Amino acid sequence: MTTTTDEQARPVPATRRLTQLQSLESEAIHILREVVAEFERPVLLFSGGKDSVVMLHLAVKAFWPGPVPFPVLHVDTGHNFPEVLAFRDATVERLGLRLEVALVQDYLDDGRLRERADGTRNQLQTVPLLDAIGRHDAVFGGGRRDEEKARAKERIYSLRDEFGQWDPRNQRPELWNLYNGRHRPGEHVRVFPLSNWTELDVWRYVAAERIALPSLYYAHDREVFARDGMWLAVGPHAQPREGEPVTTRRVRYRTVGDASCTGAVESDATHVDDVVLEIAATRLTERGATRADDRASEAAMEDRKKEGYF
Amino acid sequence: MSTLLRLATAGSVDDGKSTLVGRLLYDSKSVLTDQLDAVERVSRDRGLEQTDLALLTDGLRAEREQGITIDVAYRYFATSRRSFILADCPGHVQYTRNTVTGASTADVVVLLVDARKGLLEQTRRHLAVASLLRVPHVVVAVNKIDLVGFDEATYRALAAQVGAAAADLGLADVRTLPVSALAGDNVVDRSTRTPWYDGPSLLELLEEIPAAVDPSAEAFRFPVQVVLRPQGAARDERHRDYRGYAGQIASGVVTVGDAVVALPSGRRSTVVGIDTADGELHEAFAPQSVALRLADDIDLARGDLLAADDDAPVPTQDLRATIAWLSDRTLLPGTRVLLKHTTRTVQAVVRDVVGRLDLDTAEIVPAEQLGLNDLGQVQLRLASPVVAEEYVVSRRTGAFLLIDAHDGATLAAGMVGEPLAEARCPGRRPAQYAI
Repeated sequence: MTTTTDEQARPVPATRRLTQLQSLESEAIHILREVVAEFERPVLLFSGGKDSVVMLHLAVKAFWPGPVPFPVLHVDTGHNFPEVLAFRDATVERLGLRLEVALVQDYLDDGRLRERADGTRNQLQTVPLLDAIGRHDAVFGGGRRDEEKARAKERIYSLRDEFGQWDPRNQRPELWNLYNGRHRPGEHVRVFPLSNWTELDVWRYVAAERIALPSLYYAHDREVFARDGMWLAVGPHAQPREGEPVTTRRVRYRTVGDASCTGAVESDATHVDDVVLEIAATRLTERGATRADDRASEAAMEDRKKEGYF
Repeated sequence: MSTLLRLATAGSVDDGKSTLVGRLLYDSKSVLTDQLDAVERVSRDRGLEQTDLALLTDGLRAEREQGITIDVAYRYFATSRRSFILADCPGHVQYTRNTVTGASTADVVVLLVDARKGLLEQTRRHLAVASLLRVPHVVVAVNKIDLVGFDEATYRALAAQVGAAAADLGLADVRTLPVSALAGDNVVDRSTRTPWYDGPSLLELLEEIPAAVDPSAEAFRFPVQVVLRPQGAARDERHRDYRGYAGQIASGVVTVGDAVVALPSGRRSTVVGIDTADGELHEAFAPQSVALRLADDIDLARGDLLAADDDAPVPTQDLRATIAWLSDRTLLPGTRVLLKHTTRTVQAVVRDVVGRLDLDTAEIVPAEQLGLNDLGQVQLRLASPVVAEEYVVSRRTGAFLLIDAHDGATLAAGMVGEPLAEARCPGRRPAQYAI
């Protein structure tokens, strides 16, 4: 049974219809502009990872022909891929941005944090992040809801208390495109302009906009060893243990995080179009394939978010 | 080119909504191996014989521990023709809050009814919310059709009831189809077990439904978000004197040369440029994000609205509106709040609670206060004017939030006018209409 009015039956001309990527871009630009208009001291989390690069690209577009009207912040675990750090610095330089860096190493050196038994540092980022957020009232993050089931329930504007905690039971309803960023002193708002993007959307957008990314997102030969079903790169932050033979593989990275627990995937995708095809055909989620920290338990991300993580 | 469709699910407890969403994700191959492994593992741990696809939409640990769904969850899936954003709205806890939230951005509401139970009051309430929020399309999936032996008469009777209820509620486009979420009949692939149904499967239907209304059929509305004035900070010398009004077009089309009026000031000007970072446009349409340049240096800032000069709304400080009250505080006449409408936030006072909207009858009944999850009619007085239009005319310029000025909580979702009454009886205007 179908009842349709004449008005709705009239097709929208193709020239006045946005493609999926255009819709997502317009939504993200709207969010970025809302935050700049309503908050006093926003900051954008920028690690050099693909999601933060895309978010920064959208910020450039949102405020053109002016400069990006906020600084960027990197929470540096000290376990970096050198090409990603170089990319971060070159991008900041090219766009004339101010970069704030919070070093996990500083916290380890003075005893405020202690190294974990497994040596990984993704989970140690939360405290330096909260301290660095300090004077900022809005923090842009590149988190996407398709990444993980706790993130699937995250708002675009996520209100956090003075400890940065996410309370999934007490979230503000988010209606239409009317975002409510009011908060009390000490509270801040995490904002996720890429909430509605999927991994494939990000890559299609990178291809369409010709956005430069760190080279490790594309296939290259690297010395790796297998651990927990992932390929870890041999380097200062990850050394093979006994029984973990080192081989040279053609790999690329789907995510970039702490080098001691971010795995590479075998790939021949040397060009962005190859990556788009690869992601469209993949049978593993991005985090399932490459993040040891999310495999810890069914609720690993949920627990970290409640503690103030992104 | 692929387009985007936003859907929201609705249904009562145990009507198989989670299973349907799981089935849609699974059969459209949007579930990846590691996610499926996890669901299979949990299904085995719980001693289930079959993999429970409903577990695919299981979210937080607190929810698993209590066996309930707390909040709206967003899912993403795609076919070669379209990408979908699905707002998965839980049916029982905070029902109004979740369904209103999901419906507010939806192009389509997918409503489940149990073929064995028939049309419940709950179903009628879901349809009423879809009508109130002016969701353009509704798909009613008559689920568990396998449990009534794929009986055509049962389906036809239910479809007729749904059609009658939808017509009464003024829903323009409602489609029904028989499905079995558990077995997969008519979800992604057409079933051979319902030979009497020759329509599309649910996914086929969702691929075909028009995602947007034609912007050229609407009046041009442009709430100003920020004024772009880079001055000395311009990255290019030529933009030192640039002044552009940045925003997302709320409705309609704008072309270079168009006469526009700034509201609420009423000053007039002409659009001389439509800018994006990718270059100048001759024409732009909703919902594009652009920056507009005007011929005159008029006083225009965030919170103001540019409208077509020959079809402009009238700013007002008095609003009669339907609101969904989302707070556990009680709303009484005299309550002071902040009202956020497009890009403008103003102080407001609730002059009067006119009545409560009874979703079962879709009528307003007298009431003096509103409580959590109530829908009601209120009269608002604003400290300064907003450029609001009736919600039946525009889901963008007809919508607002009520916010607690003290702690910032979102108290209510508001719709200007009486959208449900207008949908049921177009042209009807209450005598004391404030706009």
